[in-house]
Amino acid sequence: MIETFFNIGILAQAWPIILAGLGNTLLLSLLVVPLGLGGGMLLALLSTLRNPWIRWPLIAWVDFFRAFPPLVLLIFLYAGLPFAGLELGGFTCVGIAFFLNTGAYYGEVLRAGIESVAQGQVEAARSTGLSRGQALVWVVLPQAVRAVMPDLLSNTLEVVKLTSLASVVALPELLFQARQAQSLTYNPTPIVAAAVVYFLLLWPVVRLLSRLENRAIAGRG
Amino acid sequence: MAEPIVRATALHKHFGALHVLKGVDLQVAERELVFIIGPSGSGKSTLLRCLNRLETPESGSVVVDGIDLLDRRTDLNHARQRIGMVFQSFNLYPHMTALGNVTLALRKMAGKSRAAADAAGMAALERVGLADRAGHRPGQLSGGQQQRVAIARAIALEPRVMLFDEPTSALDPELVGSVLAVMRALRESGMTMVVVSHEMGFARAAADRVVFMDDGMIVEQGRPAEIFETPSQARTQAFISQIQRH
Amino acid sequence: MGNWDRFIETFFNAKVMARYWPDIVDGLWVTIGLAASVVVTGLVAGLALALLRSLGWRVVNWGIVLVVDLFRALPPLVIIVLIYFGLPSLDIVPSGFVSTWVSLSLVLMAFSEEIFWAGLTAVAKGQWEAARSTGLGFGQTLLWVVLPQALRITIPPLTNRTIAITKGTALGSVVAVTEILGQASSAVSNSYNPSPLTLGAAAYLVLFIPVVAFGRWVETRFAWRR
Repeated sequence: MIETFFNIGILAQAWPIILAGLGNTLLLSLLVVPLGLGGGMLLALLSTLRNPWIRWPLIAWVDFFRAFPPLVLLIFLYAGLPFAGLELGGFTCVGIAFFLNTGAYYGEVLRAGIESVAQGQVEAARSTGLSRGQALVWVVLPQAVRAVMPDLLSNTLEVVKLTSLASVVALPELLFQARQAQSLTYNPTPIVAAAVVYFLLLWPVVRLLSRLENRAIAGRG
Repeated sequence: MAEPIVRATALHKHFGALHVLKGVDLQVAERELVFIIGPSGSGKSTLLRCLNRLETPESGSVVVDGIDLLDRRTDLNHARQRIGMVFQSFNLYPHMTALGNVTLALRKMAGKSRAAADAAGMAALERVGLADRAGHRPGQLSGGQQQRVAIARAIALEPRVMLFDEPTSALDPELVGSVLAVMRALRESGMTMVVVSHEMGFARAAADRVVFMDDGMIVEQGRPAEIFETPSQARTQAFISQIQRH
Repeated sequence: MGNWDRFIETFFNAKVMARYWPDIVDGLWVTIGLAASVVVTGLVAGLALALLRSLGWRVVNWGIVLVVDLFRALPPLVIIVLIYFGLPSLDIVPSGFVSTWVSLSLVLMAFSEEIFWAGLTAVAKGQWEAARSTGLGFGQTLLWVVLPQALRITIPPLTNRTIAITKGTALGSVVAVTEILGQASSAVSNSYNPSPLTLGAAAYLVLFIPVVAFGRWVETRFAWRR
């Protein structure tokens, strides 16, 4: 069993490939997390406009992309659009899909945060002469972000995990590289190694989250 | 004197480094109402909670109605049905109706059918004057009503002794009277009661004996008039005069 | 032919759709079956672990926390790939369906255990004391007093998490499960036309939009009222 799943010889052979994958996973995360956050912030800010012509399409947009499995979205972009003469390449497809999908999730989180800030905060800010936008940026948003920090963090964890989908469109991230190494060596050790790398990378985040969430849910009781 | 129904002897209890009970003896006779007073942190609630073993003392003995609560062979759940307890914060089950609160232990532990449990539960609610609120959830009741349901939950099991842990401390002043009235009626029916409370007026009117505790020990005890008017210990005197100034 | 007609011809080709419609419906059933199995096994296992944890056996609890952390940290696709491509080396050859089902169940188990556990610990200590003071035992107090209150607190986060994980059934297409996406992808390569993907996307929306709306409703409905 050790021979099969933790083969040292194969691990040594596959290690450079896996390491390159880890680098790409980190780079990819550094790209898609800000992208999703930006999209989400845009959605959340739009939702503060009370206009029903903005509000309802916004809810529809968010629910649409929350209902759509991200892999389906990715495949649609990657395998569907070329038929319309639009070859975007795996990297761009991943970027767009994450912007749409994780943006919707971040948007929901940030919207909840903004709604949790008491109306009195805006009134106090406006009473000192701040504009609507200034009140939002300097008074509401800092409180909103703090209020939903655990949810933002949890969402970010999911986004980093989700970058493994990029392997399906042949982007050489951690999982893809591990599968390459596996098919070269006919041994599952590289995939086990990739799993261990993912775990070591994300375990601290999971630990932190578990504490924050326990506190949040306990507060509702 | 007949054999006391509650006999706690030489109780010691620590919370970490804190020695909260330092060798406490307490005996309660049948049909007696014993009132325990003392500053916060004096150990009075801990003593009360030892009497149904919500707290376990490190040494000493607790015998209630002939049952040794510290004996490992004792069926604690069975014993607790004979010892009713009323909490400061009511602790009603928020997901159940008043009647559901009262009948849960009757159905699950005393093994009564639903009909029999409901009948006993309604009788208990009747005694606390809340039969018309049987279908209400705790959230729909006032604090005073919640505490009376909690009393009904305890008396429905027909306990031999009732323990009250600051039953009126969490109530708005105007709601205290209704709870005290129920306690008084219970007393008149001959229930043995041990009460930890700051309701000195009630103690004067209804208690057979007042026990003053401080720093994990019983400092003195006696008839209400003695303790309130002519306490023999300086600490008791200081506490009484402080309470009465408020 | 205008651009619009070409677009329709490409993504909404009626002939191709009619041809592959039955395949997508087959895939829809596989997705529903997979999702339902994952929800049942994942939630049952998660609740069982949370109850086991409430017994307070230290070594067991360390084990539970480690397992939970593991399946919260690993991407579901990595677990699926590990089971599907790894286990055959031990002469255990799970189908794609079983691999996906087991993987997503483990993930849902981990997340739901955390949520159930948080709910259990959120129930006030006084509830335990009140129930024990009337003579109810540990198990009965847990079952009749603590668990109903805990479940109520946990319903909104649990619903959202369950929906998110259930959408992972699409990952099954990577290991040859013939669910919606798998069917749609092979139909695309057979027909040289992306219309089956459009159909598949529509099938996902038909399936999950009501679920997402239900999640929204649950969130407002189950805000804890005393």
